[in-house]
Order: sequence, then structure tokens, then C-alpha cells
Amino acid sequence: MTSPESERDREVAQARAAAAPQPASGEALLEIRGLQKHFPLTQGVVFKRTVGHVRAVDGVDLTLRRGETVGLVGESGCGKSTVSKLLVALEKPTGGSIVYKGTDVAGLSGRALKDYRREVQIIFQDPYASLNPRMTVGDIVAEGWSVHADVAPKKGRLQRTQELLDRVGLNPDYVNRYPHQFSGGQRQRIGIARALALRPEVIVCDEPVSALDVSVQAQVVNLLEDLQDEFGLSYLFIAHDLSVVRHISDRVAVMYLGSIVEEGTDEQVYTTPSHPYTQALLSSVPLHEPHLRGQKDRILLQGDVPSPADPPSGCRFRTRCWKAQDICAQEPPALVDRGQGHPAACHFAEARTVVPVEVVE
Amino acid sequence: MTLPQTTTAAGVPAPGTPLLEVDDLHVEFRQRSGVVHAVNGVSYELAAGQTLAILGESGSGKSVSAQAIMGILDTPPAVIRGGIRFEGRDLLTMSAEDQRKIRGPGISMIFQDALSSLNPVYSVGWQIGEMFRVHRGASRKEAKRKAVELMDRVRIPAAARRVDDYPHQFSGGMRQRVMIAMAIALDPRILIADEPTTALDVTVQAQVMDLLKDLQRETGMGLILITHDLGVVNEVADDVAVMYAGRIVERGTVDDVFTDAAHPYTDGLMKSVPQVEAKGGRLQPITGQPPNLAAIPGGCPFHPRCSHRRLGAAAAPGRECATDVPPLRLVAPGREAACHYSEEVLGV
Amino acid sequence: MTDQQQADLRHDEVQAGTTTGLASPSVDVTSDRQNSLWSDAWAYLKRSVFFWIGAVLTLLFIVMAVFPQLFARGQDPRACDLANSKARPSADHWFGYDVQGCDYMSNVVYGARNSLIIGIFAVLVVLVLGVVVGAIAGYFGGVTDGVLSRIADIFYALPLILGALVLLRVGPQTDIPIINSRGPGAVALALALFGWMTAMRLVRSQVIAVKSSDYVAAARAMGASNSRILVRHILPNAVAPVLVYTTITIGVLIAAEATLTYLGVGLQRPAFSWGLQIEAGQDSIRSAPHLVLFPSIVLTLTVMAFIMMGDALRDALDPRQRA
Repeated sequence: MTSPESERDREVAQARAAAAPQPASGEALLEIRGLQKHFPLTQGVVFKRTVGHVRAVDGVDLTLRRGETVGLVGESGCGKSTVSKLLVALEKPTGGSIVYKGTDVAGLSGRALKDYRREVQIIFQDPYASLNPRMTVGDIVAEGWSVHADVAPKKGRLQRTQELLDRVGLNPDYVNRYPHQFSGGQRQRIGIARALALRPEVIVCDEPVSALDVSVQAQVVNLLEDLQDEFGLSYLFIAHDLSVVRHISDRVAVMYLGSIVEEGTDEQVYTTPSHPYTQALLSSVPLHEPHLRGQKDRILLQGDVPSPADPPSGCRFRTRCWKAQDICAQEPPALVDRGQGHPAACHFAEARTVVPVEVVE
Repeated sequence: MTLPQTTTAAGVPAPGTPLLEVDDLHVEFRQRSGVVHAVNGVSYELAAGQTLAILGESGSGKSVSAQAIMGILDTPPAVIRGGIRFEGRDLLTMSAEDQRKIRGPGISMIFQDALSSLNPVYSVGWQIGEMFRVHRGASRKEAKRKAVELMDRVRIPAAARRVDDYPHQFSGGMRQRVMIAMAIALDPRILIADEPTTALDVTVQAQVMDLLKDLQRETGMGLILITHDLGVVNEVADDVAVMYAGRIVERGTVDDVFTDAAHPYTDGLMKSVPQVEAKGGRLQPITGQPPNLAAIPGGCPFHPRCSHRRLGAAAAPGRECATDVPPLRLVAPGREAACHYSEEVLGV
Repeated sequence: MTDQQQADLRHDEVQAGTTTGLASPSVDVTSDRQNSLWSDAWAYLKRSVFFWIGAVLTLLFIVMAVFPQLFARGQDPRACDLANSKARPSADHWFGYDVQGCDYMSNVVYGARNSLIIGIFAVLVVLVLGVVVGAIAGYFGGVTDGVLSRIADIFYALPLILGALVLLRVGPQTDIPIINSRGPGAVALALALFGWMTAMRLVRSQVIAVKSSDYVAAARAMGASNSRILVRHILPNAVAPVLVYTTITIGVLIAAEATLTYLGVGLQRPAFSWGLQIEAGQDSIRSAPHLVLFPSIVLTLTVMAFIMMGDALRDALDPRQRA
């Protein structure tokens, strides 16, 4: 019994091996500057009073270039999912700008907004919640064409749906099945096919493999990489799994309590982390190699993440930071390079290796 | 492999007697649609002070086997066969009442989802204290004092002040500490932790795992850690049993298994996971999907996904992967694997 | 705790269970055409025994309501002879006679029309009001939801019977069509106007749950319009519990009509309805139990027919329930 997936994977692996790794130096597609999203905290049922704001996203700067993958990592509640919703215009930013191909997305409406939504697609975390249980797989994948009729002519849509299913590694004959008949990994492939159907330029991947089994995660990660090469896609890859992010990303941004604390190439961020939070985060990741056990520098953080409704003054991380001084409470540190080769938002940024370097044979 | 030093004196059985012996455990669920074979002949032992990791993906039977040990499976629909011996006494042949008396103080369990495991309408101190009121007949005041003590032990800051707080007022990590406090309240000999850190952030996960290790060192309890996270296994456990389709497919010390896997499934898992310490090349996933527990493939349950399988004439006599079930056998000193061709996988 | 674990386990099993079924080569032969929820639902209904039992029964009662003479075995419900008062069922008169000495079977048959009009009409109004108001309140939320939900609360505060009583008392003095008569239409409307709130709440809570789901977010991120999202995503997922609720409600409403009669505002003799008959029969339940028994049986059968169809329809519209 040969699995079609294994053959496909093998073919793709050969094709990939032939192609040289792509340099990530394309033009900037998406530029995010000072992005903010504050959710009002309200009381009352009919007459709502605003009693405060949750600063879910509070000053995020990020650039996504054509053909590259930017990883956005952070722990739960840091605002990374809100960033994804802002990017696909599911939420309106409170402040700052998202500039896509030179136009501010906040000012878009009607036709232009519709075009933007076609070009920037999203893949969700939960493969059980992100597909309508009462729609067939064919309907789910083809839904975008009902909204954007110009992408695919009415005739031949079924055939194109089947081609897409085949492309993401599903049997094309499954168009008439319903989501519950698939496993988590297969459902995630359906979600990917739905996003691909609109021929997007950018795909925001919001924790796309977090809900999947370990052995299936790798299948989906490989698929995403192949599709990127084939269609020249740019990914914003949002995840809390630092290993997966390192694997798939060209550049990595680390988020803490609504803002970015460190940014750089995957190499810079993982081997010379310069922000104390990044260092603590990396040092907490359990390693897989028995011979590296106990070799890393463990940094245990004290306390919990402060509430985004009442963030600390100055540096957001200072309440848990072992380097905090008076200046940290007064002045929020800018996200700039302080001599480590990549920007970190810490007054006392200092490169420190916390993950033992594995020699790859 | 060296066991962590145990510091307890009383209550520990004679050295050499395993705390827990699971012997050819089977669990089935009889359903309208058919019989689901969740656990199919699992055997292992756990000694005091030992940490055994049970590694597997969803549907591998790792949680169900632990639930069978805890006696929290409803029978029916579950049908449990085999032996579960705690300090030499078989739990499955006892009356339900006797089982409760032994399990209550002897074995306890913590779960992945701490929020739904705590009752939202009682304060955490009351819930921790309940263990003492119910099992030890402690007074309310005494129970509360004990609760504060335990919250201190699991390193909840300002325990005396927070003892009257409700579960929703705690963060995820703190709630998991409350669960741990309840689990260790009666000084169990065995703690079963079912994905204790899966719902937690990585920095909190590290804190909780540290806490569990420290508590184990203090009390000498045996720890069964059920997880799908290879990193957690590597950093915390002494021994590991890898489960697939309700069977243990490989067992050994973590050092041995993680350095050189003897079963193609374990090997595939290791290769499919990206690592934080290196970017690495393309991932090598295991192809296909986990098996349907109502229709587990014949022969070796992993053979449809296996790259080492030998079918038909290519197989050695009696070792045809699609027809002959591979027994869990010794493949190297101190190592067992359920594969006909483990020597090949090991590259011996 | 245990339940949660059990649920997880079952979830895992379902997960694992569906996978190998797909891994094995089982190719759909129908893949040259694209099915939709509705075509699949109809295909399921066609195979559902309960649906057909319900449908046949319903059809039977509808024909009875339209052409009662076909079922009355040649008897005139108004040809009465007091000498036969409360006579037991016999070979000639299967349902016996009522207090006035009228043939009871023809009475019950002629009652179908009013009872069905009241039940079906009232339930349709409940369904439309409930779905429309609930969907609007749930989908748009905010002030809209606040206002609509408070209105529903006000109606909740009025007991169904009391509200209907007042409306039917006041109705004849107004010029509003339907309400100003004392016919079955007015009764149905009165019952529906004070009975739509539960349906509305059901729809509203479902809509709120579905609205925040990832698949609705995905559709919005694609640029789908509000109406498309409501029709394609939210309503199909929100109406199922309401369907079940409304089919059960039909029986409740038909029975409630009897209470209104008892209070002197519902249908009055010489009109025929099952509610009226059950109400009248109660007085002589000891001496002539068949007077309550027969209209009760047909009422139960009607309600059962609708429940069976509603249940089948709910399963048909939920791919997870289909075998």
C-alpha cells in the first residue's frame, strides 16, 4: 500500500533540492508602523460605559518582503493573534498604519478593500473551528470565488477546486465530503486550499500547526514551504512554538505584551538573543538531544505577565526583568540596534547565547 | 541511568519492589459503531523516585491507559482487562470501595486543563483543604492551614493572602500549581501527570516541570508523565515508553531512545520535529495518518506508514510486517522495541 | 474532570477514526458533480424512515383539514340526537357520540382544520419572528441587540395565556384584520405574538456563537458580505435547535388554544377544534373517557409527525449526524 502523500513529498523534495534557497531581499509588501489596537473595557448592558482599555497591540513595527517568511513569536496574550486579525482587516487599528504596496489599509473601502482581502489571506489555528461544518469541502474551497468572481470563471470551478485539493495533498474526489470526515492535518490542508484559491500574495498563518499532532505538523510545515516556493508567497507566521518558527522563518520578531521586543534574522535572534525576554523564552524551550541536556543557561522568569489593561510604565518587561533599573520605569526603550547587529527594545541589550549550538553534520 | 536520590523513610516499599506494575492492560470501548481498541496489551513498571514518560500522539492510548490506572473510566462503555498492581495488590480484582481506599492516598493525577478541573464556585483554598477534610477528617481551620502550606510548597506567591481567591483569579500556570497542590496533598506514592504543561506557555511550562521534579525529589514519589512533547521527555524523564495505536512500540532510557531510536515510529517522530538549537534542513514527516482505533491495521499497526516495512517475499519468515504482529522484545541491552527489523533501524 | 477526559478521548477517537477511513482508497463515484448542504440533506431525508412516517401523517392530517368529508364516514358533525349523548364507540360510530349526541368521529375530523391552522400558522409566525429578530440581535449585537432583547424580555414577563387573553379581548373592538375576528387566525396570531421569545433567544445565542467562529472570520477576511455570511454560514448553523423547538411547540400551541376557549376568548362552539373537544370532554372524563381520548390521540399523532420531521430535518442539515 503506497500512500500518495509519500510520493508527493518525495517529488517535491527532489524539486526543492534542485532549486537554490531563495534570498529574502524582495521589495517590501507590507509595512506595519506603530500599529495599535485597544479594546474598550465596558460595563452595563444597554448603556455601555467605557471603564478602560486593553492594549492588546501597542506599537508594533514590522516589515514583510515579497517571498519571505517572518515569524512572530510570543506567549499567549501578547497580542500576536490580534496582529493577524488587524492584517486581514477583521479588526480596525486604533492607531498606526498597515501599508500594503504603498497604500494604507485603514483608508481602504469598497472595491479596494475587497482587492486587498483577496491578496492577503489567513490560515487559522484550530482546524476544527475554521471550517463550516455544514459546507462541503468543495464549497469551502470555492467560496472565495463566489465573492471574487473574477478570480475563476464559473465554468470549471469544480475542476479547479479539485486541482487545489490535489495540490495541498488531498484526494480530489473528496470535494463532496464534509469537514468532520477529515483528521486535523487534513482539515488544515483544506484551510490552506481555501486561502490559496484566491491566489493571494500574502498569507497570515495564525498558529497553523499548533493544534496538530507532532508527526502531522511536519507534513503541513513542508506543504507551506513548498507552496511558498511554487507561488512566491509571503508568510507572516505567527506561533508560540519557537522551534517551528526557527525552522520556517527568514526573519523573526519576538512580541511581549503588545509590542515587539526584538527582531532579526532567525540566526541573530536564536544564537545572539539580546533582549532579556527573548533570552528567557529561548532558555525555557526543552531541548531534544540528550547530550545537550543541562548544558543551557536556564533563566526562570518570576511572576506572571502583567495585564494589558494596565501595562507597566516605561519598559513593559521591567516588572519581571533581572536587569531593570530606574530608567526602565521612566523611558520605554526603542526597538533599535544597540551594537548586537539587530534591533532589541532594551536599554541594556546584550547578546547572550542561551541555546547550546548544535553542530549539524 | 541513575535514579534521583530519595529522601523518604516511611511508606516506601522495600527496594526492588515496583510501586506500580501494569500487566498486559487492554482497554476497549464498545460503541454502536464498533469496538474501539484504545489500549492493546500495555505492560510497564514504575519504581519509587522514577520518572517514566509515556510518549505518544492523540489516539495512541497514552491517556486512556493512565485513566484505567486511576479508575476514572466509566465501565461500560470501557472494558478493562489485564493487571494493575499497586505495591503488589491487583486493583482490578478488588471491589470498587477497596480500589478507592488504595487509590485515594496512593495514586493521584493532574490534567492538562486546570481551569475545567477546578470548581469555579469554591475558593482554591477550600478545594485544596477538601482533601484533608474528606480523607483525614481535618477541621475547617486545620484544612485551611494545610492548604496555605501546600500552596507555599507549590510556590504560589503570597499563599496566605491568595488562599481565599477563586480559580478564575489565577493565571494558567498558577492554576496548574493549584492542581498539583491538590494532587500531592495526601502524599501520594505515584503522581500521574497527563499533559500537565501542554496548555501552558513555554516559560511557565519550564517552571511547572521544575516544580514537579523538585517535589519528586522531596517525596520520592513515582512520576508518570504523559506527553507528546519530545523536549519535555528529554529534559524531565528517566525512562520513556513510546506508544502507538494502543501498544508500547519502544521502551528504554531517554538517553538511549533519543540518541538512537530502535523503532521506525520513534525514529520518524524525532526526524519530523524541528529543533530550536538548529535551523536544520527540510523536515522528514511520517507519511499518512494515525490509525483508526476501531480498525487497527493487521500485523504491525505502524506498517502502512513505515519506511522500513518488509512485505511478502521481501520479509524474513514469520516477520512479515502486514501479517505478523511484532512483539515487544529486547533489541539491545536495556532496550525493547516492537519491530521485526529494529536491528536495521538501529543500524547495528 | 472525568467527563472532560472522556470527551477528549472520544474526540481523539473520532479524529483517529475518520482518518484511516480516508487513507484507505475509497473514492467517491459522484465526484463529477458538486454537492451542496441542501442536496445532501434531501438525499438523507429521502432515506429517513422517520421523515417519511412524519410526512405521510402530516399529509394525512392536511388532507383531513381540507376535505373533512372524505374521512367523516358519511356522518354530519352537526346532526345530533341527545338520545345518543356520550354513547360509547361502536362498529358504526368508531369514536362514539359526544355530550350533545353528535357523531364524535366526524367532530374530530372536522376539528383538524382549525387545530392545524392554529398550530401551523402560529408556529410559522414564531419561527419567522424568532429567526429574524434573533439573527438580527445576535449578528449586529450592541444597541440593536440590547433593544431587541429587552423587548423580548418584556414579552417574557407577560404569561402566554394572559397576553393572548388580553389581545383576543381587545381585538374584536379594533379594525386590525385577522385580530378583529374570533377565528383561528386571531387565536394563532395571539399565541404566536406571546410565544416567539424562546425561539428568538435560541437563534440569538446560536448566532452569537457562530458569529465568533473562525470560519465566519475566514469568510469575512475573504471579503464576503454581511448577507452572504448570514445566509451561508450563520443561519444554517443556527436554525437546527430552533427547528426542534418549534416542532414541539406546535403541540403546545394547539393545546393552548383549548385553554383560551376555556377562558372564553378562543374558538367557541359551534366551531370544531381538538382543543375545544378535549376541553369539553374533561367534564365527563369518568363517564365518557373516549371524549378526551380520541382528540388527544389525533393531537399526539400530529405533534409526533411534526417532531419526527423536525428531528429528521435537523439531522439532515447536520453532516455530523448523517451516517
